[in-house]
Amino acid sequence: MRRGSIVALLGIGLVAGGVATAVALIPTWLPVDASRQAGRIDFVFWFVIAICIALFAVVVAVIVYSVLRFRAAPDDLEDGPPVHGHTGLEITWTAIPFVLVTAIAIVSGIVLSQNDAQGADTLRVNVQAQQFEFTFSYPSAGNATSPVLRLPVNRSVEFDMRSLDVIHAFFVPQFREQEDIVPGLVTHLHITPDRIGTYPFICNELCGLGHSLMRTEVIVMPDKAFNRWLAQQKAGTT
Amino acid sequence: MTRRFLLGPGFGRALWMTPLWGAIGFGIVVLCRWGGGWHPLLLSEPLILVAGLVAAPVGFLGGIGAFDYWTNYVLGKPTPEHEDHSGHGAKSWKDYFRVNTDHKVIGVQYLVTTMIFFIIGGMLAMLIRAQLAKPQSTYFGPHTYNALFSVHASLMIFLFIIPAFAGLANFVVPLMLGAADMAFPRLNALSFWLLPIAGLMMLSSFFVGAFAGGWTGYAPLNSTHEGIGAIFFNQGVQWAGASSIMTALNFLVTIITMRAPGMTFWRMPLLVWANFTTSLLVVVATPFIAGSQFFSMFDHVMHTAFFTPVGGGYPLGYQHIFWFYSHPAVYIMMLPGFGIMSEVIAVFSRKPVFGYRLMALSLMAIVVLGFSVWAHHMFTSGMSSWLRVPMMITTLLIAVPTGIKIFSWLATIWGGKLHLKTPMLFALGFLSMFVIGGLSGVMLGAVPIDQHVTDTYFIVAHIHYVLFGGSVFTIFAGIYYWFPKMTGRMYDERLGKLHFWLTFVGFNLTFFPMHILGTEGMARRIAYYPSRFAGLNMFISLASFGLGASVLVFLYNMITSWRFGEIAPANPWRAMTLEWLVSSPPPTFNFDEIPQVVGSPYEYGVVGAQHAILAPSRAPELEEVPV
Repeated sequence: MRRGSIVALLGIGLVAGGVATAVALIPTWLPVDASRQAGRIDFVFWFVIAICIALFAVVVAVIVYSVLRFRAAPDDLEDGPPVHGHTGLEITWTAIPFVLVTAIAIVSGIVLSQNDAQGADTLRVNVQAQQFEFTFSYPSAGNATSPVLRLPVNRSVEFDMRSLDVIHAFFVPQFREQEDIVPGLVTHLHITPDRIGTYPFICNELCGLGHSLMRTEVIVMPDKAFNRWLAQQKAGTT
Repeated sequence: MTRRFLLGPGFGRALWMTPLWGAIGFGIVVLCRWGGGWHPLLLSEPLILVAGLVAAPVGFLGGIGAFDYWTNYVLGKPTPEHEDHSGHGAKSWKDYFRVNTDHKVIGVQYLVTTMIFFIIGGMLAMLIRAQLAKPQSTYFGPHTYNALFSVHASLMIFLFIIPAFAGLANFVVPLMLGAADMAFPRLNALSFWLLPIAGLMMLSSFFVGAFAGGWTGYAPLNSTHEGIGAIFFNQGVQWAGASSIMTALNFLVTIITMRAPGMTFWRMPLLVWANFTTSLLVVVATPFIAGSQFFSMFDHVMHTAFFTPVGGGYPLGYQHIFWFYSHPAVYIMMLPGFGIMSEVIAVFSRKPVFGYRLMALSLMAIVVLGFSVWAHHMFTSGMSSWLRVPMMITTLLIAVPTGIKIFSWLATIWGGKLHLKTPMLFALGFLSMFVIGGLSGVMLGAVPIDQHVTDTYFIVAHIHYVLFGGSVFTIFAGIYYWFPKMTGRMYDERLGKLHFWLTFVGFNLTFFPMHILGTEGMARRIAYYPSRFAGLNMFISLASFGLGASVLVFLYNMITSWRFGEIAPANPWRAMTLEWLVSSPPPTFNFDEIPQVVGSPYEYGVVGAQHAILAPSRAPELEEVPV
């Protein structure tokens, strides 16, 4: 390969990578993260995005360069050089993706096990879904129920989820993790909210006519305020 | 005349046989229900199911003559069509509207039919985008909206992408092998005629309350909580699936037993390899979706409890069986396109396909790995959590053979003599778009990312980059590439290029922003959405109407070129594979003499190299046409 073509190739690759990086950085891709798990998931997200941008830049560089450099005139009836393959290259482009996906698998596996690990003093919350509403109940407060999910900040929460009819799903974009709620099963989700605020709580598995409107809110509140609220609920039920 | 119209095979006979068989099915159900002590007419589901969705289509198939040969053979009646080939080949346009055993006619029948469903599916997509242009539109109620995206996806997958590839392969594979036809021409005809049945079933569900449980038809929503439309989906999938299985068997037998002398497996064009591997996938996987839909339908109609927990069923069982087919189905919709890409890229780069053997082996690797990744659709489904990591690893690994293919195509282009005709533009468009779809696939393969973006618009963006930027681009490339061979006429190159650019730009403007909507947390399959997503959605809707309009250019080009286009030479692209060694369109039995294959199909640039030799006196003059 000539020196000039390497420079041109690199240049196109850098431009393509730069454009892709700009697309990755300028719009707001992810909502605020409001759980400990979210930070780790975002790390995996950007880690994989970086790899993707690099690979995308390589492919675009080769295509654009080839179109500019190797385009034949319409009346040019010659053939290209009869290159049938190159074992070294073929091994390289088998090995590099293999290494990259292995790295992604390892990072994901670590994050997954960290995210699933429960902290001490876990709060248990029952989630019951049915067409088309959620009900939350707190076993530690005499199964007091609430149509809005209230959680204390910085405490690990384990959700035990049941459905009365069809499959629904627990989705709070700010928490990042979601899980289906399946009739006949108790599914679990583990989240440690770490940012005070009010976030949308969305059913994210098509569940029938009212699916688009099967929404509520999750309110993450300071520990004390939460305990006070919970005590009031408990008093209300007894 | 009237007698022949009503009793001979064709639409006339179908006109009375369809309702007759429907009535027989209806009668059987009424009798059974009456005999069992139930009210014979009270429950409409089993009546419609058996009469309308099972018996009437069989009557239709009998009416048009799909079973005539077999019936006569069984009854010991003469079967002259076996000797006189009267059911073979097309002399006028009318021959395209009857049961025809010529693989070239069937290929065209497939392509035209699937294009019609592509247009209908596309219009449904426009309606979806009309609803989503504003956050709280009231064009459609929630049921109609859910039905729109369900039918859109089902038509595009089962009635367009999968059978369009089958159509292209039907036309091309026997020619490429040097065979006179497929191994089982009558089975081939039957598998085509199952398709319109499946398509009409899915569309006609709109008249009875369309199925609205998504194309995935998850139980128990679709099996017990949806209306009668759900069984139209269950049963439509059966007809389309049966068609695919029969075609795949036909391809396997054809490819294994009907290769011309000298056509070893390592001399087969990669398109043939691609259809060989696809057919392996179809034969093994498709029975699983058939099973899932039967069980789901039994839950609905006969109140079994395969997938409902009340009664001991297991809802996740549906998803496992469904995805055990539907993930391989992604490759069923991808591998034939890979084959088309290898042909187009080699011809228009004037270079041999780089790493031919590794290209074929990576197809096989995808087939094997493809069966071990299904549960990545279920990372957040509530399945056993230990299953996530092994499925993540296999999912990520499948990027390796796919990567090999991408890099090998790039290396094929590199240093070649590029002719940027329309098929090549679509091939290059495919390369860049499929890379984006593949990379977002790698992101989804990583469980932590999937936990956030699953069932959001990120998924919608991903599948459209894979199935539109991937499959549909390759289908367009294939149609333009073989258009001269199929019709004997050239398409309009300027309109072809215009179509490409409109599609490429419209596609990206429509689907790229969906990635952002998804990561921001916009759920898929919702008719109303929070107003903070309004701006991007309006943008996407406008872009999608532009994308829809681009199809008009394609249609205009196809129709006018088919009728008035320049007469095509035998080999307008100076390609080496066998289909280009015969006239355009090819003679009824393809080859006057069986060709002798002497070398690789991609020896561009090798002086004096040949893929195959036809008997010298019969070979058409190879015109020197500038490409």
